[in-house]
Amino acid sequence: MNNNVLYEDEIPGGAHWSMLMRQGTCLRLIDKLGGANVGMLFYNPSNYLERYNAPDTLKCQHTFKLTHGHCLYSDMGRIFCSIIEDSVGWHDSVGANSTKKSVAEKWGEHSYQDYHNDWTLNGHDSFLIELAKYGMNARDMAANLNLFSKIAVDENGNMHYETDNSKAGNAITLRFEMDTLVVFHTCPHPMNPAIEYPKQPVIYQISKAAAVSENDECMNSRDENRRGFKNTQLYNIGCGCHD
Amino acid sequence: MIKVSKLQPEQAIDRVVVAAGDYYIKVVKAGQTFRILDLEGNQAADTLFYNANNPAERYSAMDTLREQGNIYLTAGTRLLSNEGNLMLDIVADTCGRHDTLGGACATESNTVRYALEKKCMHACRDSWMLAVAEHEEFGISKRDITHNINFFMNVPVTPDGQLTFEDGISDAGKYVEMKAAMDVIVLISNCPQLNNPCNAYNPTPVEVLIWE
Repeated sequence: MNNNVLYEDEIPGGAHWSMLMRQGTCLRLIDKLGGANVGMLFYNPSNYLERYNAPDTLKCQHTFKLTHGHCLYSDMGRIFCSIIEDSVGWHDSVGANSTKKSVAEKWGEHSYQDYHNDWTLNGHDSFLIELAKYGMNARDMAANLNLFSKIAVDENGNMHYETDNSKAGNAITLRFEMDTLVVFHTCPHPMNPAIEYPKQPVIYQISKAAAVSENDECMNSRDENRRGFKNTQLYNIGCGCHD
Repeated sequence: MIKVSKLQPEQAIDRVVVAAGDYYIKVVKAGQTFRILDLEGNQAADTLFYNANNPAERYSAMDTLREQGNIYLTAGTRLLSNEGNLMLDIVADTCGRHDTLGGACATESNTVRYALEKKCMHACRDSWMLAVAEHEEFGISKRDITHNINFFMNVPVTPDGQLTFEDGISDAGKYVEMKAAMDVIVLISNCPQLNNPCNAYNPTPVEVLIWE
């Protein structure tokens, strides 16, 4: 994996960024120190109205947690990307975002004026900033992924944030099945009970993906995903992206 | 939590029966109470809410769940907006549990869930698309069509992270009632799904009642 990395960079904790990922490329995210959180959203760069859809992703695969073998769906029945590797085991897609208010209530106000690069950004504002770069705003926000974070649910439906879900060096690899605008932040999960605002850095690596084989784990993990791949293939033919 | 309402249908100021496969879009004013009544049982009512004075503010499934710390909606649930404001309180519920994780059916997601050749079957999102197209006055478009509530639907999550679709726990005559904390646009698709037990494979009408 590491020997064909085209690009590698590190994003500090409590920050945000966005980039275009082409079909047939991989994005590997590594939790450098443990306890990271990556809030993430996907958009079709040709039509921002097509976006990551958490309910469709969960119900199409009858899962609440996300890990290797799962696909991340748009609202149009297509697969933005597949989770081809994961050493974490559980990623969240229901906790949504921290806000300016929730961060201030939990960890106190740390303004840019007073703290410069040690200020405490929140997930909601981070997405607003990145989305505005593409002409989008809060209306375009959907329920996001919280990679590296785990919310478990008991028999009565009560939600629990699991501490220590992700360890130093844990990683997840997303293989993009169609061109995708990736918007992300490294602000803490809104249910993180840490005493101090956690600022956990994330390393990301971009590489070229191997062709999807007949026995690909994600495509074959269930009939729904075979059909999701079929829908995505039709879209890529229309884009001229087909192999 | 089962909680029976004291409101009488005869005193409602507005009553509308919504056929399966149709939509309902109407403003419910702050302080008014409205009820969705499952007329024949096991029917899913896919519902979205918007601030009538600023539809960019809308119901947020994930903020609602996280703030109550529980994934099921029932009497006592505070339905929150994407800005963290209270939109409605669920004040009565004779069903006991409603889902907001499963989203709505769409023709595209139906191809994934059931079969590619089911792509042209009617779906909730098509009802919403028609609703927003026929009612531009509300200022809602596809951008605003987000994660909804599935009233009367039962979607349990297991401790090991499975999401399951169980037979409905609703029945003929069961209802859920909400009191609006702000003027809200109520947008319902009465689900036309024929491929899934959420409607017992037989979509049926619901009634929407409003009280002052």
